[in-house]
Amino acid sequence: MLESNLMSKSRDNPRGKKTKTLFRENPMLEKYSYFCPSSITFLNLNMQKLLLLGDEAIAQAALDAGLSGIYAYPGTPSTEITEFVQNSKFAAENNIHSSWSVNEKTAMESALGMSYAGKRTMVCMKHVGLNVAADPFINSAITGANGGILVVAADDPSMHSSQNEQDSRFYGKFALVPILEPGDQQEAYDMVHYGFDFSEKFKVPVLMRITTRMAHSRSGVVRKKEVRAQNELKMPSDLRQFVLLPNIARKRYKNLLRDHASFITESESSPFNKYIDGPDKSLGIIVCGIAYNYLLENFADRHVPFPVLKIGQYPLPHNLVEKMADECDEILVIEDGYPIIEELLKGYLGRGLKVKGRLDGTLPRDGELNPNLVAVALGKEDTFGLPVPDLVVGRPPSLCSGCPHIDSYYALSETLSALSNGRVFSDIGCYTLGALKPYEAINSCVDMGASITMAKGAADAGLIPAVAVIGDSTFTHSGMTGLLDAINDKSPITIMILDNGTTAMTGGQDSPGFGKIEDICKGLGVEEAHIRVLKPLKKYHDENVAIMKEELAYRGVSVIIPRRECIVAIDKRMRDKFKNK
Amino acid sequence: MKKDIILAGVGGQGIISIASIIGYAALEQGMFLKQSEVHGMSQRGGDVMSNLRISHHQIASDLIPFGQADMIISIEPLESLRYLPYLSGEGWVITNIRPFNNIPNYPDIDKIMEEIGKVPHHIALDADATAKEAGSVKATNIVILGAASPFLGMAYEKLEDAIRFIFRKKGDKIIELNLNALKAGRNFADQNM
Repeated sequence: MLESNLMSKSRDNPRGKKTKTLFRENPMLEKYSYFCPSSITFLNLNMQKLLLLGDEAIAQAALDAGLSGIYAYPGTPSTEITEFVQNSKFAAENNIHSSWSVNEKTAMESALGMSYAGKRTMVCMKHVGLNVAADPFINSAITGANGGILVVAADDPSMHSSQNEQDSRFYGKFALVPILEPGDQQEAYDMVHYGFDFSEKFKVPVLMRITTRMAHSRSGVVRKKEVRAQNELKMPSDLRQFVLLPNIARKRYKNLLRDHASFITESESSPFNKYIDGPDKSLGIIVCGIAYNYLLENFADRHVPFPVLKIGQYPLPHNLVEKMADECDEILVIEDGYPIIEELLKGYLGRGLKVKGRLDGTLPRDGELNPNLVAVALGKEDTFGLPVPDLVVGRPPSLCSGCPHIDSYYALSETLSALSNGRVFSDIGCYTLGALKPYEAINSCVDMGASITMAKGAADAGLIPAVAVIGDSTFTHSGMTGLLDAINDKSPITIMILDNGTTAMTGGQDSPGFGKIEDICKGLGVEEAHIRVLKPLKKYHDENVAIMKEELAYRGVSVIIPRRECIVAIDKRMRDKFKNK
Repeated sequence: MKKDIILAGVGGQGIISIASIIGYAALEQGMFLKQSEVHGMSQRGGDVMSNLRISHHQIASDLIPFGQADMIISIEPLESLRYLPYLSGEGWVITNIRPFNNIPNYPDIDKIMEEIGKVPHHIALDADATAKEAGSVKATNIVILGAASPFLGMAYEKLEDAIRFIFRKKGDKIIELNLNALKAGRNFADQNM
């Protein structure tokens, strides 16, 4: 939906009219102002219009819709939702919970607990975070909700900052819960209110699926006039609702299946699913979320000559899809992410409807959509600028100059130089950049925590010594359980916990294990003599290499903790200190 | 009026500040705006770009189609070339010529300048040096903005107002410095168009 479609006429573009514009610095953005020195939010009084990132629109909406708590682990592109609430004065004044969770699973479960207690709650994560939270998420569909619960999953088509481009709509379908997918920032705002209402009406969690482009693009958002009060504490009417013993779960599941029919009916009348008629019935277009904007971009007057079904809510509106199938010769499906709708309509044997999209090459099978790809899919002429000159080379991200990981990697690489290559299992964070030149120091990056367990498995197979490299925040996210596995097996592995005191890659959020890393390792059973803390600095290089050699020679679990604060965090801390003087 | 702008640079060079100033000025004039930003992994010294679209009419796509950008504003010469596929035939490249060299295979700067020279409409200036003359090398991005100002379709004073507003908490001295930087960039463009 276009940004102004939802605005009343009087709020619409007041061109020629002198508008008084207030401008306020967005406090949340100061948190990572190292990167965004003056990211801003505008507040235009006449239009009552905020210029918000998709993430910020969702957060603002949640605050306006009576949120009692937000739960999340940072992950691009979802991080800014929670940060907005953390930096909101309103949230602080109203005692709205917003501190980071240790991982997405604990976040999802805490949110479910808040819902159990009758309050409205939001849980946010990047798409792969939903893998971590999948167990409570899928089961929350069976328990159902009490207070409204909205699960926001931010997908990353084209993998701007991720290891895959999985489509969270699959999870919604899998769990049989309704899904909301906004087409612009205003819709993102409006859907949050709608989602909470839906969740409380049908006592079911609602999934909101956004993409990087929606999360990190700014546009005008008009807030609702009224801010809703938080719910009172209210127990579930049936105190066995959340007890998923088989005989209760069976009943709950039947309830969910029964309600699923209602979810389809709701989709059919949803304000977010729209059938926009067009005279040319040779083609019907089903378009989801933000892809609608790319479609409109291709028509100067914004009038598409074909019937268009814009999808913003799932399960699909059965009657509207049927209408399109009945009156159009063929259907083009434009969806960012996986070809979910396309596959559904096409059927396994492809003998049903004539459907075009990502599966037949009308659109690419992978990657983020854009206006040009949609133009080509519509049979329009593609547009081109000048070619990129041959001399243009890539400029990949790299570890910051002065980053402690650099010293850790140089020491580790020297330590391992006498051994055969390929022994370092790493994890997800800034230090994953150690895979690139000039370091080329690591050999894996799979999912949060996999460094320790993969090193253990490789050691079990006979690769001795094997090394795991994991950040402090990733360690508490999902590394601790794997460490216990290794300890119980007395696996000959060395684990380097790169402790820079922050969750750096996502912009420097609090690290849940801050000041507790050695105690956690000791508590799990790592022998004290084999927990070695060192300072990753060039001047201690030889000393650090010697320590690493000693621990690599030990045939059991050893933990090395190179500890030095992230230089971006120091820079930020110093500037804050200066600012407060 | 509608302007589609690609902002380019290296993480931390201040392209978001440029977007903020143009955005503020556009909103002051009751225009619509969409701006797609880069957060996350790509900012660790990697190339960054932002799509900034301002218009008196509703804007559909968050992304500018290829071959349709009115200008590429770049704080780094190599980066100004990376996004040429977005530039329209009539479009302008406004770029800094001072390289930010954080990669081992950075191309020869003379060859880069040669390629910039091939773009039909371009303004290339040493914004670092100009900013230093204006008072601080930190205002490099504002010099570039000044050099782009003739093409933004808005009165120069609107950008000055935006700078006064955006830097209002930093004190008069910083505002003055940035206004000087803006002017220096503008003067260069006026003389080299």
